[in-house]
Amino acid sequence: MKWSIPITEGMHPGNLGCQACGGALSMRLALKGFGPDTIAVIPACCWSIIDGPWPVHALQIPVFHTAFETAAVVATGIKAAKAYQEKDVTVVAWAGDGGTFDIGLQALSGAAERNEDIVYVCYDNEAYMNTGIQRSSSTPIGAWTTTTPDERPELRPKKDIMGIMAAHAIPYAATACPAYPEDMLRKVRRAKETTGGMRFLHVLSVCPPGWKMSSERAIEAMRMAVRSRVFPLYEVVDGEDTTITYMPEEPVPPEAYFEMQGRFRPLLDDPDQLDQVKALIDKKWRSLVARHEATHGSPVAAD
Amino acid sequence: MSERHLLTGNHAASYGAMLSRAEVISAYPITPQTTIVELLSELVASGKLDAKFITVESEHSAMAACIGAAAAGARTYTATAGQGLALMHEMLHWAVGARLPVVLTNVSRAMAPGWSIWSEQTDILSQRDVGWMMLFAGSVQEAQDFVIWSYRAAEQVYMPAMVSMDAFILSHTSEPLLVHDQDRVDAYLPKFRPLYDLDPSEPRAYGGLVNRDHYFEIRHKMYEAMERAGSVLAEAGAEFGEVLGHHYGPVEAYHMDDADYVVVTAGAMSSNVRAAVNALRDRGVKVGMLRIIVFRPFPFAEVQTQLAGRKKIAVLDRNMSPGHSGIFAAEVRSALSAQGVLPDVFGYVLGIGGRDIRVETVFDVVDDLLTRDRPERALYVGVKGLPIGPARTDGEVHPIEPLPAEVTP
Repeated sequence: MKWSIPITEGMHPGNLGCQACGGALSMRLALKGFGPDTIAVIPACCWSIIDGPWPVHALQIPVFHTAFETAAVVATGIKAAKAYQEKDVTVVAWAGDGGTFDIGLQALSGAAERNEDIVYVCYDNEAYMNTGIQRSSSTPIGAWTTTTPDERPELRPKKDIMGIMAAHAIPYAATACPAYPEDMLRKVRRAKETTGGMRFLHVLSVCPPGWKMSSERAIEAMRMAVRSRVFPLYEVVDGEDTTITYMPEEPVPPEAYFEMQGRFRPLLDDPDQLDQVKALIDKKWRSLVARHEATHGSPVAAD
Repeated sequence: MSERHLLTGNHAASYGAMLSRAEVISAYPITPQTTIVELLSELVASGKLDAKFITVESEHSAMAACIGAAAAGARTYTATAGQGLALMHEMLHWAVGARLPVVLTNVSRAMAPGWSIWSEQTDILSQRDVGWMMLFAGSVQEAQDFVIWSYRAAEQVYMPAMVSMDAFILSHTSEPLLVHDQDRVDAYLPKFRPLYDLDPSEPRAYGGLVNRDHYFEIRHKMYEAMERAGSVLAEAGAEFGEVLGHHYGPVEAYHMDDADYVVVTAGAMSSNVRAAVNALRDRGVKVGMLRIIVFRPFPFAEVQTQLAGRKKIAVLDRNMSPGHSGIFAAEVRSALSAQGVLPDVFGYVLGIGGRDIRVETVFDVVDDLLTRDRPERALYVGVKGLPIGPARTDGEVHPIEPLPAEVTP
């Protein structure tokens, strides 16, 4: 068997991530793809902690920690300086879902609209996990968080951040998940190598404490998110050309994904809402398949 | 060759950034600042200034882009006003904590609501405690020169600096401007070579988590840097005189040698105060002017030396800290009390929201100063229908309702 994941590491062995942290795993994989000539910008998010307290630094690349809403624009400033100095370096904004979907959306949209030469990675654990599990606009419908308690769980579907980014017609946008490392690494490399503007990666990253599940099933949960079509793996080029990069041969029912996690108990207790959620997943999947077929002129082949 | 041009304060600030060879400029339009960055974008587009120009989507992002670029080793510049400076506030703190010598020009303007684009210094003074060096320009020449002077000092102490220029009175008024010879500015202000850079060959983390064991010490270094900044600014101001012909310092003393009465000012109002001082001297009133140029770090020694032993001091504040007094008056009192010498300091609040501060207004203030026995915290000058006087305490407020009987003991 050929080992397709590089053994080189961009992270040091220790970090402050929780057990089975999807965000830490996403970073580890991403740095294998971005390589050493990379500068990261980290706004307020779990990774502000995971990196470690001064003088500890878990990464083998320079990191500029910044304010919550500024990842995209600080990366823009760094890239401008490096371009002025004629230094070739990949500048990566590395933000959580709160810093991307919510408070950072304005700066993100600005950078995307200007088509800045940066890579923006959102590691998405679907709530404000660092502050103790409060809902964000990435929190899926029917989920429990500390601000969407069982009596009033999340009522709105997850914001379509990929749709928003595609609407900016940036050269490259993709979803990824560290439970599919080869797919993710390929997309990281493509993001690094794509020229002509901004690249965006939306990386589903499991959070066992926030998702209310045991950590030994973390990878399995992310796989189930993909296999149930809750979180399809795909990429969008120039805001238009769409490719589903992983086609589950036999999709699993979304309940199988929801049932692994305590946070979806309110949803599972409400058959009507569960039906609505499943219909929504199906509708979004069909729309994605239609865009794939429109791009490629042929049906999606199963992996 | 240096050249003399008739230019507005805003365009002078643009020339200041150009002569300083700013490398990354990021800005968002706001009246009355806009023409600063309009001209800079033209200078960059035409190749007269070799820089990256980032047209961000907010002032918050303008400061954040400057912070990223400065952290990556570039000399950075932005300009803003009023609401824009307020929106930057969080990132102004970031620039200080990250020890980045960003320079910005603030065209000082009144805060909304109601909407007012006119002159007032409350916007910039609201950033007093952040840790930026703060300079108040009093002429079009200074609007240009203070940008250059600021970089010279900021890059020595790794603290950012902001230059205040009064809305319209300076920003949109044309005066003869000496545009310095580029070679001489280059000699005064060499290329910025930071101690630290975001360099993949030296992978450090900047600005991350810091425990209670270390935070205070890191901040203490910042406080020490601001203490050093005063002498660095003074030295750099003297060098400016040697290399570029204008000597700058933390204060300007005008007719102060024998003055019994002193009017303390900042910014563009100083021109009319100078004219008023001349006229009052002709009438035999021994009055002088002390203009505060560097507000942060505060020039304690100069203010104490200049004001000790005077009979009465009038501080003119084109700003207000509600519930306290004009901010310069509070600062001057604090500087004098630190020395233990306490001439009477009369605080005058005037010119709010762009209301004119005329030579006659200064006459009114000095007349009031000469006749008033007791100093007041804040005397309001020019409120329609009211004489110069303190705020009324019998104004209309909603009366406090009596407490319900069940909660009273």
